[in-house]
Amino acid sequence: MTYDLRAFTTEIEGHDGDRIEAYAAVPESAEPTPGVVVIHHMPGFDEQTKEIVRKFAANGYAAMMPNLYSREAPGASPDDAAAAARASGGVPDARLVGDVAGAQTWLRARAESNGKTGVIGYCSGGRQTVLAACSLDMDAAVDCYGAFVVVDPPAEHVLKVTSLTGLLPRLSCPMLGLFGAEDQYPSPEQTATLVEILAEHGKDFTHHTFDGAGHAFFAVERPSYRPDAAVEGWSMIWDFFGRHLS
Amino acid sequence: MCTYNTETLDVYGSAKGATGWFRATQATVYFDHPVHHAAGHALMVDLLNPSRGASARVGLELDAESARDLANAILRTLDSVPEGLLDH
Repeated sequence: MTYDLRAFTTEIEGHDGDRIEAYAAVPESAEPTPGVVVIHHMPGFDEQTKEIVRKFAANGYAAMMPNLYSREAPGASPDDAAAAARASGGVPDARLVGDVAGAQTWLRARAESNGKTGVIGYCSGGRQTVLAACSLDMDAAVDCYGAFVVVDPPAEHVLKVTSLTGLLPRLSCPMLGLFGAEDQYPSPEQTATLVEILAEHGKDFTHHTFDGAGHAFFAVERPSYRPDAAVEGWSMIWDFFGRHLS
Repeated sequence: MCTYNTETLDVYGSAKGATGWFRATQATVYFDHPVHHAAGHALMVDLLNPSRGASARVGLELDAESARDLANAILRTLDSVPEGLLDH
């Protein structure tokens, strides 16, 4: 069923107790509902990712997206905020974890919460989803084509992001990975490495690599959009979160 | 992918953004997902003045060929400046 929903911008306590902006969408339902933290991509706290937050609410999940650039550019437009965050070195991993924890706490504290929370992110948010799922007590995680999970970025990339290989043994929950066969970041070879490492540590990881799709195949506003992969991918997300967050 | 591929440099000049002219003190150059240009990736340039807030920004999103043409045009223009004018 499609739920009626309420969507709004609010403030939550993020990393280090900082007050940060967040966008939430919740189903208009008295039933116990799971929560999902949505991590936006590097272009920011934008309209397209807010649409994804609302999509979760329409499907019966309370969803929240913390604005990872709240500190660099409070009140700025998403593109200006993303540029400011990039110019100042990007989002530190520890801060990301703290901000996702804040969103998770908000979701769990809802009177209608069933106590379960998942996390999902796209692109850079895919990597940050893996980071959050290895750092926090989550119930399910979906990594959509996150790059630099098992390899470091080239040394000349000044934003200080590293691979998450050392954290993978701490994955706290079942994880679904959705990738494109034509993507090079992450490439199918990098996905195979991720599968191997998580299997070695006995982690519950399922993944699907879509033929004919590259990076960002879920992004409806970009030429990379692949309807077949996106529709099937969403179906996999509903099935996965339905099993682990109910 | 979100490439994280970014160069940051100090600049001295002015730029005209959404709220008018401002002193540009910093530039970032990167190849990543554009906000407006209809492509998966683009060469982006931001001219910024962080002391004036995040909206003190002029952003460019160009396809790779256009960006190279622009960079070459800038260099050709500077190379053809009559002797002595670059000092002022």
